[in-house]
Amino acid sequence: MHELGITHNIVAIVIENAQGLTVKRVTVEIGQLSAIMPDAIRFCFDICCQGTILDGTTLEIIEIPGLGKCRHCGTRIPLSQPFGQCYNCGSIELEIIQGQELKIKEMEVEEICV
Amino acid sequence: MCVTCGCSDEANVTLTNMETGVKTAIEEHHHTHTLPDGTVITHSHHHQEKEHHQTHSHTLTEGTVVTHTHTSSTINSPQIHAQIHAKTISLEEKLLQKNDLIAAQNRGWFKGRNVLALNLVSSPGSGKTTLLTRTIKDLKDNLSISVIEGDQETANDAQKIRETGCKVVQINTGTGCHLEASMIERGYQELKPEPNSILMIENVGNLVCPALFDLGEYAKVAILSVTEGEDKPIKYPHMFRESKVMILTKIDLLPYVPFDLNLCLEYAKQVNPKIEIFQVSSLTGEGLSNWYNWLKQTLKVETF
Ligand SMILES: Nc1nc2c(ncn2[C@@H]2O[C@H](COP(=O)(O)OP(=O)(O)OP(=O)(O)O)[C@@H](O)[C@H]2O)c(=O)[nH]1
Ligand SMILES: [Zn+2]
Ligand SMILES: [Zn+2]
Ligand SMILES: [Zn+2]
Ligand SMILES: [Zn+2]
Ligand SMILES: [Zn+2]
Repeated sequence: MHELGITHNIVAIVIENAQGLTVKRVTVEIGQLSAIMPDAIRFCFDICCQGTILDGTTLEIIEIPGLGKCRHCGTRIPLSQPFGQCYNCGSIELEIIQGQELKIKEMEVEEICV
Repeated sequence: MCVTCGCSDEANVTLTNMETGVKTAIEEHHHTHTLPDGTVITHSHHHQEKEHHQTHSHTLTEGTVVTHTHTSSTINSPQIHAQIHAKTISLEEKLLQKNDLIAAQNRGWFKGRNVLALNLVSSPGSGKTTLLTRTIKDLKDNLSISVIEGDQETANDAQKIRETGCKVVQINTGTGCHLEASMIERGYQELKPEPNSILMIENVGNLVCPALFDLGEYAKVAILSVTEGEDKPIKYPHMFRESKVMILTKIDLLPYVPFDLNLCLEYAKQVNPKIEIFQVSSLTGEGLSNWYNWLKQTLKVETF
């Protein structure tokens, strides 16, 4: 599974919430520290959408950069990996406060009712 | 097929009871919960209440799956209609939620029976099965251990574990590259580990995906062998960050391989300052007593 399975979940959750309406756009949030590759999700998305009401839906991925907070001095440290070192006090005890997101943020559907 | 890990969604997951030899298929992923069944998804575009007579599946927040047919009264609930008529629907739906819910149930099941569940993760061939069989043999008289074996194919590892006399079930994930909480649920239902015992889960050899999936275990135990290179902890930081314990194994080979032991320990601590590290050889037995003490201690602390 992994990216394919996760994409499969995206499609299934969106279909359920769409209640049959045409979905124009799906916005997904993926943290850069989440071990999920946005490119792989994009690749899988078209395949998973085939034959469903999501065929042709635009996938929008918001990549959220990693951010840690030093447990000793509170300094916020940008992170490109899920670990790092505080540039202020040198501590390696960082709490990850951003970048592990993995969720469907919103979807845009066609309005049908007046 | 997944471009990252090569796993496919059509994986044939099976569970084999090693005592009876009975093999059963496990439905993968629990996907069906969110998929409206059959033609359901072709919802009418005419807003006529009579046309809302359709069957849907819904997942409630606590994980319960409800399938029902919409009558005009249920679909007419103001909240559902507000959602339908809005142009943008806010979701905030966590993608691993289903797995996490089952994992939480598993955790409760283990706690209620004083079962210490450990999720052994590593690259292929690092020595999980060897460490397991040795641990079971050495602790047999003091501790009850049962095993859920995860592999893509074959029941070879489960067979080796079975030879030690302990209870074991084999889960084959087919093309899947990791175990999921639902597979563990089926596994312990079959195994029925006894109270105050240890349940070892040998995950599929893979340092990437198993880090993402909570199985409801007390701890992940990362196994790293000295032949793999000292930089593994920083190359696969997710796995080492998620693990409470790291076992550095095959240390009997240290004289023969260029492996910087101190650098490896430093990397592991850098990724996870709280990680507990044991250096062992499953071949010579060196260092194993520390691991055994940790097992006994943790079982006591966690369960009494
Ligand atoms: N020298 C030495 N060899 C070991 C040690 N532990 C395991 N091995 C050898 O390493 C090889 C792989 O060990 P396994 O226990 O099968 O590894 P595994 O992690 O279970 O492998 P998969 O289930 O395929 O991922 C075998 O040939 C073992 O004999 C050790 O401590 N020292
Ligand atoms: Zn994978
Ligand atoms: Zn799937
Ligand atoms: Zn600091
Ligand atoms: Zn309507
Ligand atoms: Zn093995």
